[in-house]
Amino acid sequence: MTWETVIGLETHVELATKTKIFCSCTTEFGGAPNTHCCPVCTGMPGTLPVLNEKVLEFAVKTGLALDGNITRHCKFDRKNYFYPDLPKAYQISQLYLPIVRDGKVSIRLESGTEKLIRIHELHMEEDAGKLVHDPWLDQTRCDYNRCGVPLIEIVTEPDFRSAEEVIAYLEKLRSILQYLGVSDCKMQEGSLRCDVNLSVRPAGSVEFGTRTEMKNLNSFKAITKAIAYESRRQIELIEEGKRVIQETRRWDDNKDATFAMRSKENAQDYRYFPEPDIPPLEISDVYLEEIRTQLPEMAEEKLIRYQAEYDLPLYDAQILTGQKALADFFEACVAQGVDAKQAANWIMGQVLGQLSAKGMDAKDMVLAPSTLVRLITLIKDGKLNRNTAVKVFEAIFDTNADVDEYIMSHGLEQVNDPGALAAAVKKVFDVNPQSIEDFKAGKEKAFGFLVGQVMREMKGKADPQAVNRAVREKLNF
Amino acid sequence: MKITTEMVDYISALARLQVDEGEKEAVTAELERIVSYMDRLNELDTNEIEALSHVFPIKNIMRPDKIAPSFSRELLLQNSPGGDEEAFLVPKAVD
Repeated sequence: MTWETVIGLETHVELATKTKIFCSCTTEFGGAPNTHCCPVCTGMPGTLPVLNEKVLEFAVKTGLALDGNITRHCKFDRKNYFYPDLPKAYQISQLYLPIVRDGKVSIRLESGTEKLIRIHELHMEEDAGKLVHDPWLDQTRCDYNRCGVPLIEIVTEPDFRSAEEVIAYLEKLRSILQYLGVSDCKMQEGSLRCDVNLSVRPAGSVEFGTRTEMKNLNSFKAITKAIAYESRRQIELIEEGKRVIQETRRWDDNKDATFAMRSKENAQDYRYFPEPDIPPLEISDVYLEEIRTQLPEMAEEKLIRYQAEYDLPLYDAQILTGQKALADFFEACVAQGVDAKQAANWIMGQVLGQLSAKGMDAKDMVLAPSTLVRLITLIKDGKLNRNTAVKVFEAIFDTNADVDEYIMSHGLEQVNDPGALAAAVKKVFDVNPQSIEDFKAGKEKAFGFLVGQVMREMKGKADPQAVNRAVREKLNF
Repeated sequence: MKITTEMVDYISALARLQVDEGEKEAVTAELERIVSYMDRLNELDTNEIEALSHVFPIKNIMRPDKIAPSFSRELLLQNSPGGDEEAFLVPKAVD
């Protein structure tokens, strides 16, 4: 029998606000335990949480970018559960009137086809603290620095049929969130987290199978592996005549397998009720229009514009718009007057090369657009040859040192001295008569050798084209 | 709605409340009274009435996204029944 995998996603995104959702503590990642805390986020009795206006703004912005309906009369609900990661014994979340409903995200698959993923809802809530088990004391240490960091949870319909679709969606979602500036989406720091709901059914069946929910998926690679593992596990169960149990499973990245989490009895009964501490929200037309006008140019719009305005091939435009930081970098270079294609080539080649070699994100890059612009300009003006420029680029990538100073202090400026070049050519020809004979006998390789020798004589600082020309003239061809 | 002692057990377990055997009957009767009052409210026709999500006529109460100093950790941890100089400590609670 052939089986179909059906997947729905719940994605938690930490918002890039300065302060927590209900108090004025910083949201900065890390910090010594319990130093970003106050009576509100540690759940002291008698404290009053007050909503951060930026959280609403970011949620509405994301809702509009996902083409969803904004809930004009919106409120928070209290989700009750006892677990020490939330010191209040409840999470302030949204159940009945989430801020966004019925959105959609269009994804592009490798086959070139487009697919629409429906967004069921998007709601605002607070993040929980971090628990670390201390084996010495056999106790759990609670660090509430993350407690109260604002989250949006984005829930899709069960529209995915493969890991490829899931990853395409997450990449698209990440790009949208980064373009909006509402989250940095760093998976390794937990600012983009994803739970995968998965079931299997015989191909062609309309009814859904029993699903499991997988947690602790911290990378795209883990998600891909977990989906493959869990589909196989469920199919095998059914083929053996057993049943899939609806449960939460934890992905173990070291063991490459999912394990049932200890089911806390009645854990699903959260006894939601309207949150009395947070008054309802009325979203006005004026507010909505204001947010709408703030929406930046998104990746898809840039993709079209880069091809039309800068005459870039689709491939280039796709790579440059793939990450907002790259697109910003590219646009800053072009704004400073360099040729768009030149800038694109450098970014796709050298910039991405350095980033991937160093395992860095584009947005953490120190090198300024003006530095790349200077290098490109020096090449264009014949003051630096390309090979040297690449070397300079690599040397100053981490420091963004001044290009001209670096070239001066390392003696790398291109020598455009016809006298010196002629002398070098003469010297090389004098000591390599055999190569000249070889060339005349039809060995084209000898030409390259001579050019290389002249370049070496010029300590790599000559204009490669001028060297080519000089050698060619000397050989009379 | 009829409240049973099983329901009392379930609800007290969810709320981490210890209800002694001797108290159970009284608690069951009390809960029943509260819930039957809801039944009385349900008799009202509220079709024409807009749902109320807060008892006060206030809305859109928000604060600007501006950092204020956090509390001193020492002061916060004073409220912890168990803890060291860095963190709150609770009985083992990791899945």
